[in-house]
Amino acid sequence: MLSKSQARTFFLGGTVVTFLIFIGLTIYSMAPSNDQSNHQNITEQVIKGKHIWETNNCMGCHAIMGEGGYYAPELTKVIDRRGAPLVKAILQSPIPWAPNGRKMVAYEMSDEDAEAMIEYLKWIGEIDLNGFDRIVSPLAKDKLKD
Amino acid sequence: MKYKSQQVAYWFFALCMLLFALQIVYGFIMGFARIGMDGLHDWIPFNTARAVHTNLLVVWLLTGFMGAAYYIIPEEAQRELVSVKLAYVQLISLAVVGVAAITGYHFNIWEGRKFLEIPRELDYLVVVNVLLFLGIILATLFKGKWQTTTALVMTMGLVFAALLYLPGMIWFDSQVTDSFFRWWVVHLWVEGVWELIMGGILAFLLIKLTGVDREVIEKWLYVIVGLTFLSGILGTGHHYYYIGVNKIWLVVGGVFSALEPLAFLAMALFAVYMYRKGEKNHPNKIALFWTIGAAIVSFIGAGLLGFAHTLPQTNLYTHGTLVTAMHGHYAFWGAYVMIVLAIISYAMPNITGRKRHDKTNGHLAFWLSNIGMLGMVVALGVAGVVQVYLERRLSMDFMIAQEEVKIHFVVMLLCATMFATGIGIYIYEFIKYGRPTNEALSKKEETVLVS
Repeated sequence: MLSKSQARTFFLGGTVVTFLIFIGLTIYSMAPSNDQSNHQNITEQVIKGKHIWETNNCMGCHAIMGEGGYYAPELTKVIDRRGAPLVKAILQSPIPWAPNGRKMVAYEMSDEDAEAMIEYLKWIGEIDLNGFDRIVSPLAKDKLKD
Repeated sequence: MKYKSQQVAYWFFALCMLLFALQIVYGFIMGFARIGMDGLHDWIPFNTARAVHTNLLVVWLLTGFMGAAYYIIPEEAQRELVSVKLAYVQLISLAVVGVAAITGYHFNIWEGRKFLEIPRELDYLVVVNVLLFLGIILATLFKGKWQTTTALVMTMGLVFAALLYLPGMIWFDSQVTDSFFRWWVVHLWVEGVWELIMGGILAFLLIKLTGVDREVIEKWLYVIVGLTFLSGILGTGHHYYYIGVNKIWLVVGGVFSALEPLAFLAMALFAVYMYRKGEKNHPNKIALFWTIGAAIVSFIGAGLLGFAHTLPQTNLYTHGTLVTAMHGHYAFWGAYVMIVLAIISYAMPNITGRKRHDKTNGHLAFWLSNIGMLGMVVALGVAGVVQVYLERRLSMDFMIAQEEVKIHFVVMLLCATMFATGIGIYIYEFIKYGRPTNEALSKKEETVLVS
């Protein structure tokens, strides 16, 4: 029958081993040779777009790479699906954009901020998501080409 | 209650009740917005309501864990807390930081990272607050007569939870890296170290409520938390399938997250077995209901419903849909909300000296909230499956699919009303218990076991 000290060894040993494997896999994933995000394409504008994305909590309604609020559309491939001009117009709209009656906050973004958001969303749209990019945005243009 | 300083726990539990009630109010705002009734949009848009709803959950659960620690650690270490004054300072500063963060969300002041919306400046205050809390708990524990396994496991969970908050404070230029390390906080909290805290509270309650030998309970506690880390750490991989990192996580995440239900199954079997093995009956039946309920519902909510969409082949379609919301609601309810409500139900008669635990209201609160939550989860589940089918299989536009699932949110709101009624009764009972009294202090073991 299992003793208490054996049970403790199982807990501590299992934790240490799996944590070390986890750290190893993290280092492996972050290695430049395994990059799937086109990291070299992250420009100042993309970083600014990410900052705007976060400071307005866009993720509170929308989702990106499947993560977010599920209240408003997934935006992983939004530039491909809707086109940059429409997305920019929505970001700069002085009245709430409300497709099917569901309202978005009217952000009235400046030209510069809206452009940065477009660049950020373009960069997101080109990440290799292990097949999810085809499922999440079935209306994306590259899907229609298939 | 053996130690006067345990009374501090009461005020943490009172803050829990207040924040939990507010969390439900914001849940209703979100639910109504989903069926088109968004009259509050100009003041509380959906992203505000959502950030407040989820952050209040995190804050009040942490408050509950802290209250539980202030109640459990003195009893396990067999001494008073090292400083009651500092514990009150910690409580007040926690409440101030929480209120400041939530107020800020209404004025577009946040970080906008799911579950970690709190602005960076306030993050530093959170760190100071948690360090103060850990200082009080660790000093009490190591100055005490005993360092029991129950107390050590629970404290280990609290220390790891504090350490794991740090990766969430690092800025990354890449959304991919940002998401990757955000899950170090969120996943390793809720599917890792929080389970240690839950296991510690569960073991304490089972020792007190069933009368089963501490050595037996604590041995199995090690096995359960061992299984939790063995599966949960590498199980983080199920968040990495589709966020732009290497495919190796499809295999690692798939295998280890499929093992995650084992820890919850073990916890459920452990609780039920200890209950049956216990030869004596504790008069506080309602605390026992919440305790055993937490173990069983966490297995269903976190274990089974998590497993239902954790394999990469399934998750490819369910990732980022209401299926996740379905699993999230029942997992948090079973694993963490119920265990906090269990320790509050157990501690209140001991802290206040008023034996109200056999009241019908307690049972009414338990069943109404549980049935209501189950109904909400079923409604969310149906909405999620319909969304997956329409949007991901039939390529329907997001908003058109949302129109189709609206009816399920009407059902969810009805069930949420039942749930809120149950929680309302629980809070009413909490208030009726009144404040802590010194008469409640007892030199004897507080558990009056009745054969």
